[in-house]
This record gives sequence, structure tokens and C-alpha cells, in this order.
Amino acid sequence: MERVYLDNNATTMVDPQVSALMKEYETKKYGNPNSLHSFGMEVRQPMEKALDQLYKGLNASDEDNIIINGCATEGNNTVLKYYLFDRILREGQKKKILISSVEHPSVFNTAKYMEKMGTEVIALPVNEDGIVTLEILKEYLIPEETALVSVMWANNETGLIFPVKEMAEYCRKNHVPFHTDAVQAIGKIPVDLRDVPADYLTFSAHKFHGPKGVGGLFVRKGAPMEPLLHGGEQMGNLRAGTVNVPGFIGMGLAMELAVSQLDRELTQVRALRDRLEDAMSGLPDVTILGKRDLRTPNTILASFKGVEGEALAWELNKFGVAVSTGSACASESLETDHTLVAMNIDPSLSHTALRFSLSRFTRDEEISYVIEVLGKSVERLRKISIDY
Amino acid sequence: MAKKDLIGGKLWETYSNNVIERMNNPSFFGEISEEEALGKERQLIIADWGAESCGDAVRLYWLVDTSNDTILKARFKTFGCGTAIASSDVMAELCMGKTVDEALKITNLDVEKALRDSEDQAAIPPQKMHCSVMFYYVNKKAASLYKGVEMEDLEEEEIVCECARVSLKTVKDVIRINDLKSVEEITRYTKAGAFCASCIRPGGHEKRKYYLEDILAEVRAEMDREQIQASGSLENFKEMSPIAQYKAIEEIFAEKIKPILHRDGGDVEIMDIKKEGEEVVVFIRYLGGCATCAAAGTGTLSMIGQALKETVGPDITVRMI
Repeated sequence: MERVYLDNNATTMVDPQVSALMKEYETKKYGNPNSLHSFGMEVRQPMEKALDQLYKGLNASDEDNIIINGCATEGNNTVLKYYLFDRILREGQKKKILISSVEHPSVFNTAKYMEKMGTEVIALPVNEDGIVTLEILKEYLIPEETALVSVMWANNETGLIFPVKEMAEYCRKNHVPFHTDAVQAIGKIPVDLRDVPADYLTFSAHKFHGPKGVGGLFVRKGAPMEPLLHGGEQMGNLRAGTVNVPGFIGMGLAMELAVSQLDRELTQVRALRDRLEDAMSGLPDVTILGKRDLRTPNTILASFKGVEGEALAWELNKFGVAVSTGSACASESLETDHTLVAMNIDPSLSHTALRFSLSRFTRDEEISYVIEVLGKSVERLRKISIDY
Repeated sequence: MAKKDLIGGKLWETYSNNVIERMNNPSFFGEISEEEALGKERQLIIADWGAESCGDAVRLYWLVDTSNDTILKARFKTFGCGTAIASSDVMAELCMGKTVDEALKITNLDVEKALRDSEDQAAIPPQKMHCSVMFYYVNKKAASLYKGVEMEDLEEEEIVCECARVSLKTVKDVIRINDLKSVEEITRYTKAGAFCASCIRPGGHEKRKYYLEDILAEVRAEMDREQIQASGSLENFKEMSPIAQYKAIEEIFAEKIKPILHRDGGDVEIMDIKKEGEEVVVFIRYLGGCATCAAAGTGTLSMIGQALKETVGPDITVRMI
């Protein structure tokens, strides 16, 4: 076995069909879509098509906006900072925002910055399953004081899925704008914007087999918005800067493929994930974090007693298996991942946790190989370990 | 931040080959059994340090020849990342053949040096220095067990930065001698805070007894006070830190003002010191006899104002609350 990539929550392989399509717009049709001449003309129609694919994939209405940008981090910053500058600082009436305590840094650290600028940020706690429920939101939400609620659709570390539909409906009823970071949901579970009345939704192409450096921000009809990047008239004046044309067109196809392959994700990928998870549970002293039926079908976060996370990731990498660890030892700041802290799990579990994330390109024999080397690696490190 | 910081995630690429080799194939992991320690002039020492819940834990075994205090054999078991495994392996190797007192002198800096491929290239990235610190302590624990003393009895000086082994005295001295005004400067002079950064301020990877920010503030305040005493005047009062300002005013009250008030059964309390434009205003409250004395708001107040002006300068006034 050459290498096995089980870090698809970090980024994914670009689908070969997507890659082939993008090449066309790099060396041949490289015009600026705002140009009047034939070079500009020939990219506009494919961009229209990509837009159709994105609207269809998310089931957005033509009245809504899907702004093409750099990534979900940009989208999250655009939404949160619009509320910071325009609503909280300029209007100064509702000074509170609610986020979940397990948000990705692109929301979490942006909220921290807002806090520094005077916003009151409330980080919603999670329940014993690691989830922010509607009841928790109801407990903390004071509509007349709250400018925005932002809760992720699925968590990047655990794969746990949050009840965004109920939360979005509740916020709508109470006239509080609702944003969701759907980066870990698209391509893994159904994301239907007519079913879920979120006002804002963000995503990145590279998490669903599209290219890096391109993403989208959905803004529902009527939801207020100012650009984060001011400048030219691109994207209906909502995001200045020449759009990444190959990335945009590639993202459209990647979305279409992700949505058309969703059944496969929910059956085949899930079956592979479950096989790997069952094999792990068969090893002594392994804890799987988060109930299986509450997670995206591709993710496992597992703790191996007596084996430090980075050491096991290193060991697996020697065998060509790529996984990731939230262990404090592996981060540049030496801080334990805040998701695990917020979930209030035993600190020894957080030092021994590894994330395995599959994709629709993961093959059966790859999982067999991982099961084999995982057992060996855990055994070797436990031999060295004081605690085992 | 500069060019070298722009692409992150470089952790595994920064390990030396020596670290990698020992992570993959540690030579000295394992245990020393009771049987091995049987016999005359043999003693088995087993020392534990750290905890799994903290992310690192190590157990060090020593077989010591009690006739000459020499460590004949050392083995380890570690729960920790690859760097921790490599560091324990080196530590065990460095101990062997040394006397217990010699082994006590091995620090985490020696461990890091021994892991280098070449003299001028660090073996591990800065944030990982922290991992090697644990081995200094487990070593000391083993020595304390052997000598039958408490670990604290072996500590020679208070350490502020464990990673770079910089003592409290060194930090204080370097601030004074070089007139340092920022933590960055302290780090540049001593390397304290350059690695895991826990000792800079609370909230880092580890709880510390001392923090560089606190030490700096304290030493700067001390220096300000000393300057006042040395010069006998308060020419640069306005540049002093609020704490030093308060201390200086308090001193004037204690020496020149309170003794006079005490003679009449009165007293005074400093409530606040504020800047109002170019002027510094000291707010006071009278106590005892002064609180009910008619002259307190006139003659006494101007006496206090005069005393302050004489010492601090013309821009200071006093007001009652």
C-alpha cells in the first residue's frame, strides 16, 4: 500500500473531472469575466453554469445570493464583521452575538476579535453528546439583545451534526439572523436551503473535492450584507476582486458531483467508516468520541489509552497513513483543541485523540490496511508507554 | 512574524535525524526488574514524573552501585509524543556510567544538545523544548529517592523558564543591568520565554510560579523607587509607573505629613492619584481628629500641598474627597 489519506476533514483530493475542467480555464480560456471581448465572453457562460450547479446543489432560490469568494474563512469573516461594523458598532443597539463553543477558529477567533471591539459574545455550551441543541439556544437567546446567531452545521473534529434546521427556524421566528458554517456538511449530508431557513451559509470547495482557495457565501434574499473586501463591482458589488475563474467553475462541478454522490457517502462511505470504527473498538481501551448516528458518515475521533496523539499520528505516517491529531503537543501554541475542552471530556482522552476522516475515494482495501497497521502501531507505543 | 513564519505546520520537518531515529527505535526503553537489582551494593530506583492527563508522563529506572553511587543501568517508559520518547531515550543514555551527583547536573538543555545532528542546528522546534524539561525533573526525582531527601532540597535556585533554564535571579539581573523595558527584550537577552512561552503570562501551556510580565513590572517599580531615593527628588515623577507613583507619594506622607497630624490625634488616607492635564492630583480623606477639624480644609491642606510640591515639583496638588 503506497499511502492512505484519511484526513479528508482537513482537505480533499480534487476530483479528476474537476481538475480536467479547470485546466481549460487556466491555459486556454483565461480571460477576465468583466472584459467585453471574446476572452471575457467565453468564460461568462461556464461561470453561469457553475452558479446554476451551486444554486441547485444547495437548493437555493434565484432570489438569493451565492457570493463566490476565497474560502469559508472569508465567508465567516464577512458575515461576522458585517454585524460587528454595521450593526453593533454603527447602530449600537444589539451588542450580543451567540456562537457555539465548538466553532472552527474562523468563527471562534473572529468572535474573539469582536469581543475585543466591545461585542458581548456568548459561546453556547454543548450537551453530554457534544451537541448544541435547540433547548440550549432557547435558554441563552435574548432576541432583542442579539445581533446574530452563528452555529456550525457539523463539527470538523468530531463530525457531530447540529440541529441547524430547528435553530434557524427558531431564530427566524424571533427575528434574529442565523448563520451557519456548513464546511463540514456539504457532500456528507443533505444541505437544503429551502428546508433550512438560514440567512447566511458558508462553504469551501476544497472540502468536497474541489480546489483550494475558492468558496461561497450564501446570503438569503432580504438578509443585509456589506462586502468585506470593497473595490470593484464583481459579485453584484458584494465581493470585490477578480474572481478565481477556474476555481469557481471547478467548484460548480465539484458541488454537482458531491450532491449526486451523496447517496454513496451515506451508504458506502458510512459502511467503510463503520468497519474501521468497529475494528478500533475491538482494540482494548479505545474510546470513540460522539455517538455514531449523530456524526457525519465519514468521521471518527478516537482516543487510544496510553498512546499520545502525535506519537500515534507519527507512527501511522511511517506506514503511509495520514490522520490528524488535536493533541496539544502537535499544535504550535501547545494548546489543546478547544472543541475537546468545550466537550468537557477527560483531559487524558484529548491527549490521545486522533481523527480519521474518509471520502468517497477511500477504498475498501485501504481500510483493511489501516486496520492492520493501526493495531501494530498502538501495540508498539503501548509497550513504551508508562501508562499501559 | 517574518518570512519563516508564513507557512505553518512545519513540525515534523524540524526534528533532527537523531530525534527521528530515537522516536522510531528507542534503545533504552523498558524496565529494570527487582531480580536484576538483587545482590550486594545494588539499589533499584524507580521515579515517576508527569501524568497522562497533562499530556506527558515518564518513569525512569536506575540500577545504582551503592559502593560508588554510580548508575550502572538506566531504562525508561514514556507516555508522550515522539519528542518525549526521543528525549527519554537520551536521558537514560546520558545517566549511565555517571554518579548520581553527576547525573543531577544533566539539564534539558544537555538533552536537547545530545539530540542534535550538528552543533548549530536545534534538534527540535521551540515549542517542543517543553517536552525535554520533564526529563530533568524525573532525573532529579530519581536522585532524591536515592539520597532519601525531598526534591526541593536539591533545587539550587528558583527557575522562571524551564525550557531555557533561566533563573529568577538571572531574569531580575538582566532587567536591571541592561535597563530592559519589555518581555521581548528579556527573551532576546536570556532566551527565557522563547520556547513553549508558558512563563510569559498566565494562560499558557503550563501554570508557572513566576511570569516574566510580573517580574518585569515588579523590577521596574523597584528601579523607579530606587531612583527616587538615590536622587532625592522626583524630577521624573510623571514618567514613573502608577505603582511607583503611589509608593513615592505614600513615602512622603509617611515621612513628612502623617507625623505632624498624629501629634494632634489626626490622620490622613490617600484615596487616589489622578492626572488632570499637566497636573497630578492627590485625593485624600481625613481620619481621626482631622476629620472634624475646621483647619483641616485650609491650613493643613496647604501644608500637605506644600510638602508634596517640595518633593515632587510644582505640578502636584492635593484635594479632599
